[in-house]
Order: sequence, then structure tokens, then C-alpha cells
Amino acid sequence: MIGFEPHDHSPTGIAAADVEEPSAAVAAQPPKPPLKLLGWARENLFGSVPNTILTLLALWLLWEVVPPLLSWGLFHAHVTGAAAQCREEGGACWTLVTERHRLMLFGVYPYDQHWRPLLATFIVIALLATSTLRRFWRPALLWAWGGGFVAIAGLMWGGFLGMPYVETALWGGLPLTLALAVLGIALSFPFSIILALGRRSNLPAIRALSVGYIELVRGLPLVSVLFMASVMFPLFLPEGVTIDKLLRALVGIMLFTAAYLAEAVRGGLQAIPRGQEEAADALGLSYWRKMRLIVLPQALRLVIPPIVNQFISCFKDTSLVTIVGLYDLLAATKAALADPEWRPFFVEGYVSAALVYWSFCFFMSRYSQWLERQLATGQRR
Amino acid sequence: MAIGHPGNAKRSLFYSARFRGILYQVVVVALVVALGWYLVHNTLTNLAARGIATGFDFLGREAGFDIGESPIAYTPADSYAHALVVGLLNTLVVAALGIALATLIGVVVGIARLSGNWLVARLATLYVEGVRNVPLLLQLFVWYGIVTSLPGPRQALNPLPGIFLSNRGLKVPLPEAHPIHPWLLLALLGGFGLAWGVRRWAIARHDRTGRPFPWMLTGLGLTLGLPLVLFLAVGAPLAMDVPTLRGFNFAGGGTLSPEFAALLAGLSVYTAAFIAEIVRSGILAVPAGQTEAALSLGLSRAKTLRLVIMPQALRVIIPPLTSQYLNLTKNSSLAVAIGYPDLVSVANTTINQTGHAVEGIGVVMAVFLVISLALSLLMNWYNAKVALVTR
Repeated sequence: MIGFEPHDHSPTGIAAADVEEPSAAVAAQPPKPPLKLLGWARENLFGSVPNTILTLLALWLLWEVVPPLLSWGLFHAHVTGAAAQCREEGGACWTLVTERHRLMLFGVYPYDQHWRPLLATFIVIALLATSTLRRFWRPALLWAWGGGFVAIAGLMWGGFLGMPYVETALWGGLPLTLALAVLGIALSFPFSIILALGRRSNLPAIRALSVGYIELVRGLPLVSVLFMASVMFPLFLPEGVTIDKLLRALVGIMLFTAAYLAEAVRGGLQAIPRGQEEAADALGLSYWRKMRLIVLPQALRLVIPPIVNQFISCFKDTSLVTIVGLYDLLAATKAALADPEWRPFFVEGYVSAALVYWSFCFFMSRYSQWLERQLATGQRR
Repeated sequence: MAIGHPGNAKRSLFYSARFRGILYQVVVVALVVALGWYLVHNTLTNLAARGIATGFDFLGREAGFDIGESPIAYTPADSYAHALVVGLLNTLVVAALGIALATLIGVVVGIARLSGNWLVARLATLYVEGVRNVPLLLQLFVWYGIVTSLPGPRQALNPLPGIFLSNRGLKVPLPEAHPIHPWLLLALLGGFGLAWGVRRWAIARHDRTGRPFPWMLTGLGLTLGLPLVLFLAVGAPLAMDVPTLRGFNFAGGGTLSPEFAALLAGLSVYTAAFIAEIVRSGILAVPAGQTEAALSLGLSRAKTLRLVIMPQALRVIIPPLTSQYLNLTKNSSLAVAIGYPDLVSVANTTINQTGHAVEGIGVVMAVFLVISLALSLLMNWYNAKVALVTR
């Protein structure tokens, strides 16, 4: 097959090869045309008249969009200097990022203490990176996360080892976004498992409560849940007890995410064959041991991709805390643009923030696809 | 159900699954009720301490704040209830238009991702991956920034005669009111009804005799033709109310406010990326053998898509599409961040003015639950129509 000349592709060529060559099986296979660039283009871009028109349209669109975009964002862009210079000369003003990235990344956290949120961010990212590898999926990882949380909380709050105390109202930027997303998922996960089990329970009252909660919360926009959290939680508590603004938003996100996660977990529970539960019953396992040892390990493994998707949603949804007045990455970016001098360059500011969100979300979605394949190989026999 | 041994009746009560089931339920319900009572009790105490009366009486009071845009008449002298209705209508308008637009873009992009044309497929992938991995709120801020940094009315962009794009929004010419307009609408509905009848008849005949009838073209002709004939019959009154620059702003014509335009663009572009993925997975879920079988029966490409692929793909597409429509409706509440007066935004103002937080949030929750339920019911009905009928 490798050494064929082009003329061998004609039927007669193959027939001739059939007769002369002893390896008829090889020659009888349908010959592959040589895929050169031109052949590929003919196949994929100019196969038919409508296809050609589509290609030309797409090329025209690219021609209209890409060169001006490159000229604006790259060739005529500014990285240093003053805002006035950007305004005069045109082009993208990445100076905004060089000048104000610390405000965008860390919000109003005390300026000389920025190494603390920076270190905290690195700890979270390191923990996330470690958790992606299946090799590290063991109980010790949970301890690492616990230790990481203690370290991060210590770093952010401070008040010891010469680190001045910083109240949560001053926390902001990327660390806040990451903390809300990670804690939101971590806290809602156990709750969602209870809700999903409750929804599958044979006890009517428990089933009704779970269904009621899940459907109620899924019918609501997150904005209204966050408003409720920020306005009504203080009313819920006994007089004199105040609840931190950050904690309120976190509880709101947690209650919201739990309902969606519960539906993902339920999908896994429903996929486990009934025989598994019956076998566990036959072995005399109690309900909780049956769930913990037999059903949940299988069910959760099935739903890891939807859970990662939920994580992506939660990560993006943390941006809504901007509306209730917390300084997450988006709000901090907005704050950096509040200065009239920089306001005209909102596209540069938002594009930079969007790139941060995008990298996290894109990585997570690719990871979920990779994991899906990995776990599928385990299932194959 | 009881596992207890006979002759061990005393012990068996606690070991009976039924008894324990009831016990658990009583305990859980008691806990939930206690928690609810505790929260309500605290709330009432707190409200009393702050001197806030509870109840929905405030809905009848004068709202006293203006609302930028409203599909129905509204003045600050109207009641809070009236203001909330305006907010609800604004939510419904943006959600309905957003759903239509997002579906349109989503279907086109979803099919483009499957296109044999390499370039088109790549561009569609770029769109989907770029848009869905960035928070909607951030996209809304960008859209709003773009719309409001357009030139002022005096330097308004004028892409087509009569259409002006400025930082006051989009101005379009509207036909001047004419007594024929209600009749035109009636003719449109009548034409649609006739088309529906033709479709039913055509399908029935096709089932009976196997002879096809081009009901789609006929129906389209009837739906559009009837109003057109009426329009021409009365002499085609084409007087338009064209927006004109007067002082610092435009007068006349119809307006699409900057907030509305930004919200609509953001919602449709964002949701369309998700819809594209749903459409793509729906089409991919139909086995390739179906296409091959249809082609080998001699059906054309278009007929294969319409008669064989789409009916099967729709079954996969409808349920997740429903949840995307619901998501779009719920996401329209992000309007509050860019100042479009939707329900959440109006309720927020109401809460800030009256202090009736519990009632205000209660109204918002009730409304969204009703919308969610209504949309789910509608889509479930449609889903039942396209679902696979098995014996």
C-alpha cells in the first residue's frame, strides 16, 4: 500500500496487482488517495458549490475581523505609558492591565499585603492541579485540602506571625472567586448527596421534602437567591447575631449549587442496576453502609463529568456576587475601570478578566472530557 | 417487610423496617418544622424590633419611582403592584425574544459545527468554546459598555435609512397607526389557521394514500398571502413614523433601549452557545445508518434531514433545550446589574424603599416558579408529541 504509484488507483491497476503480486489481500484493500494540502482543501473546503460559497464567506469574515483585531490588540497596542497616550494614539490599552492588575486580581486587599492572597491563590491552584490526577485520589488528598484551607484562611485573615488582621470585607479578586467556587462546591456536595438519596428514598415524607427543595431552588434565579441571602439571612438569626457578608453569599451559592448537583448525583443513582442494592440487602448491610460501600462509589464515578460541569457553572456563577456587593474578580475589574481615566478601555479590562475565567473553565471542561475517556477505559472489558 | 423473628414481637417493633421508616420521617419532618418555626420566629422578632409591619398591604401604595421602559402605561404615581407587573412584563418580553434569537443562532451554529466545511466547523467551535466559558455577567458588562459607548444622537450611526444607532439605543421607523392594522393581524392568524388545516389534511391524505402534498409551501403562502392581499386591497398604506433628530435626542419611531439591547444580545449569544451543543449532540445521536438507509431509499439530502434525522434528533434535543430556555429566563434577572427594569430589579427597588424584604423576595420567587412550571409543562407537552411511541 505504501509504495503504490498514483496510476495503481485505477481499477485496472489493482486488478493487475492482484494477478502479479502474491499479497492479494493487501492489494485488494481500497486504495487511499494521497492526502496533500490541495487534495485536503478540495475535500474539506471546496467540495461543492454551496461549500465553496460558505468557505468564501468565512474567509471574507476572517479578513474583515482578524487583521483589524490584530492591529488593535497587538501591533498598535500599548503596554506602558499613560492612559492619555492610549487615547491619543488609538489601539488597545493593555497599560490598564500593567498598571492596575493588582487591583483587578486582589481587589481592595491592603496593597502591601498582596503576597498573602497571591500565595493563597497558588495553594488553591496547586491543590486543584493535584486533585486532577487519579494517582492522588486517596484519603490523604482530603487531608491536604483540609490543611490547605486552614493555611489559606490563616493567610487571608492574618492576625498572627506579624501579619496584620484583614477583615473579609476587604477580601477580593481572584482569591475570592476561587474560594467561593471551591467552598461552594465542597460544602454543597455532601448536602447534594443527602438530597439525591432523599429523592430516591421510599419514605414519602423524605422524598417530598427533597423533591420540594430541589425543584423550588432550581426554579429560582441565582440572583434572587443571593438577594435573599444578603437581605433575609440577617433576619433569620436571633437578635444581635450578625452574619458576615461573604458567608451569606457563600451559603446562598451553596444552597443553590446543592440542588443542581443533587440532580447530577440522582442521575448516577438511577444508573446503578437494582441488583446491586438487592445484593447488598441480601448481605444484610444497613441502608447507610449499603449506600456508602456499594451504591455511591459506583454512582459517583458515573457522574464525575456532570459534576465537573456543575463545577464550571459554579465557577462562572460566582461572578454574580458582584451584584450583592462583594469584590470578586469581575467586581474588582469593574472597580479598576471606575476611574474616568481608564473607563474608555473597558474592553481591555473585561477581556483580561474573561481570559482568566476562560482558562479555568476551558481547562476544567477539557479535563472532564479526558476523565470521561479515562473512566470509560476502566469500564471496557 | 419486617425482619423480626416470630416470637420476638417485643424486640421486633424497633427492627421493623416499616416502624423505623415512620420514625425517621417523623423525626426529619419535626426537625424541618422546628427549623422553619425558628427562622420565622426570629424573622418576626427582628421585623418587630425594626418596626417593619408584615403583609402585602404595601403593594397598593404609591410606588414613587420611575421605570425607564414599560410595555404598558406606567407613572410613578401608580402602585407597587403595578410597578411589579411592569417588571414582570419586561422580563417576559426579553425572555421571549431571547429564546427566539438564541434558538436561531444556536441551531445555525450547531449545524455549522457538524459541517463538512472545515473552516465553518472551526469557526463555530471557536464561538462555542469562547462564549460558554466566560461568565454571562461579564459578557453583559461588555455588551452594555459597547452599546453605551456608541456615539451620541447627533453623530448616530445610520446603517440603513431611518435606522439610527446611538448611545440612546436603537431607533427604528414604525408604521403609523392605521385602522387596517388589527385586520391585518386577524388575516395573519386566519391564514395560519388555514395553513394548519391544510397540514392536517395533507398528513391525513399522505397516511391514507401515500401521495405527498407540499403543505409547507402552501401553508407559508396562505399565512403570508392573506394579510398581503388585504394590505394591497386597501391601497397599501405605507406611511411610516421615521425617527428624526430633534434637539439632543430622537423623536418618533420605535426605540430599543441600550439596556434592553445589551441584555438581549448577551442572553442570546450566551445561551446560543449551549443550544448549539445540544443541537449538535442531538444530530450526532441519530445513528449514521439512518442517513444511509434514507439515502438508499432514494430520499434527497433535504428530505433525509427533514423526515428521518430531525424527528429522531428532536427527541434527544427537547429535554435539555427546555432547561436552556428556563436558564435564559432565569438569567434575564441579571438585568439588575445593567439597569434594565426587569422583575428582580423592580422588586429590588421596592424592597429598598419599603423594607418589605420577605414579601418582595416571596413575590419574585413565586413568579419565577410559575414561569418555570408553565414553560416545563409547555415543553413536556411538545416532548410528548415528538417522543418515541413504543408498544
